[in-house]
Amino acid sequence: MKLSDKTKQTLLGPLSSNNPVIMQVLGICSALAVTVELKPALVMGLSVTIIVALANVIISLIRNTIPSNVRIIVQLVVVATVVTIVSEVLKAFAYDVSVQLSVYIGLIITNCILMGRLEAFAMGNKPWDSFLDGLGNGFGYAWILVVVAFFRELLGSGKLLGFQVIPQCVYDAGYVNNGLMMMPSMALILVACIIWVHRSINKDLQDK
Amino acid sequence: MEHTLSLFVRSIFADNMIFAFFLGMCSYLAVSKNVKTSLGLGIAVTFVLLITLPVNYLLETKVLSEGALAWLGEGFAKLNLSYLSFILFIAVIAAIVQLVEMVVEKFSPSLYASLGIFLPLIAVNCAIMGGALFMQQRVGLPATDPKALTSMLDVVAYALGSGLGWLLAIVGLAAIREKMQYSNVPAPLRGLGITFITVGLMAMAFLCFSGLDI
Repeated sequence: MKLSDKTKQTLLGPLSSNNPVIMQVLGICSALAVTVELKPALVMGLSVTIIVALANVIISLIRNTIPSNVRIIVQLVVVATVVTIVSEVLKAFAYDVSVQLSVYIGLIITNCILMGRLEAFAMGNKPWDSFLDGLGNGFGYAWILVVVAFFRELLGSGKLLGFQVIPQCVYDAGYVNNGLMMMPSMALILVACIIWVHRSINKDLQDK
Repeated sequence: MEHTLSLFVRSIFADNMIFAFFLGMCSYLAVSKNVKTSLGLGIAVTFVLLITLPVNYLLETKVLSEGALAWLGEGFAKLNLSYLSFILFIAVIAAIVQLVEMVVEKFSPSLYASLGIFLPLIAVNCAIMGGALFMQQRVGLPATDPKALTSMLDVVAYALGSGLGWLLAIVGLAAIREKMQYSNVPAPLRGLGITFITVGLMAMAFLCFSGLDI
């Protein structure tokens, strides 16, 4: 299947130049809170991708029948329904991860990426385009989460996905885990580093 | 009483919505460019939290949790409606924000004009929804736990403390950002990057309150 330029832009734009987290400052709350370990970050990224894509399609299908002055409530109800389904599925099949994510799964409802995409894209575009837009934004969000979680888990506890990667002999030589990495503040600083690298590469994105 | 007071102080400092849980970050980063508007938004968030949390608490204890509907009669005692909590909480929040908007517009047009778009946006501020979800978690804790919410008074103290903590955080960041306009920041960090680093350093400062106990 060959994708047209516009479709490609819809799908790939959010990965870099239009990234929801580091360019549009959307969805930061959950992005930072679930990144202490890699596994919950992966689950969270996947859940958000699925939810954005599904909610985008649903809103896009009914966009012509929503009266404009109650649209926020309609969007919220659609999102809340999708999130409830995902949360129940997680509770059934991945209970320990759902306990670890605690309230942050529920908070996907108020994740600004969702409302932003529904309002800015799904309200004015066809279902298929909205689906791709949802996927693109979900992955744009997920890769930031994964990168932050990778460094926090590696430097904070010497593990990846729960497996010890830093060998014992390094610890014997005097290496210690950086406990500060497990604290909320380092998540913010890691995101700042990603922004730094990203904008050093793409000079046109820098603030004047 | 002691428990309530400790809950109140902890929710401002140790369990700060921004620095410990990253709740309400989106508007926190977007609106913190000057002290005056951020103060307005902080007050609005505190106010909405103060109204929505007690309402959601009643909803949780009288309708949603397992056996909560027992007051309706024998047949309802076994119901567990907790899977409806996301939808009901967000509906309550959206409705109350709408209501607050109408009341403020009627009685204080000047405050309404200065808050502008931020008032309706509070409905999707994760601090409000997060407060409701944390409340739901804490209601289930045993009464001896310092984080447990055992009565309506506790819930009001928790709501007020969380709101004030949020207000403190946003006004602090806005004041720093106002000063930072005169600094020479490396080009790739300008704007968002340096703001993240600032918040990170503020969060580190707030770490010294963790474990605070009265």
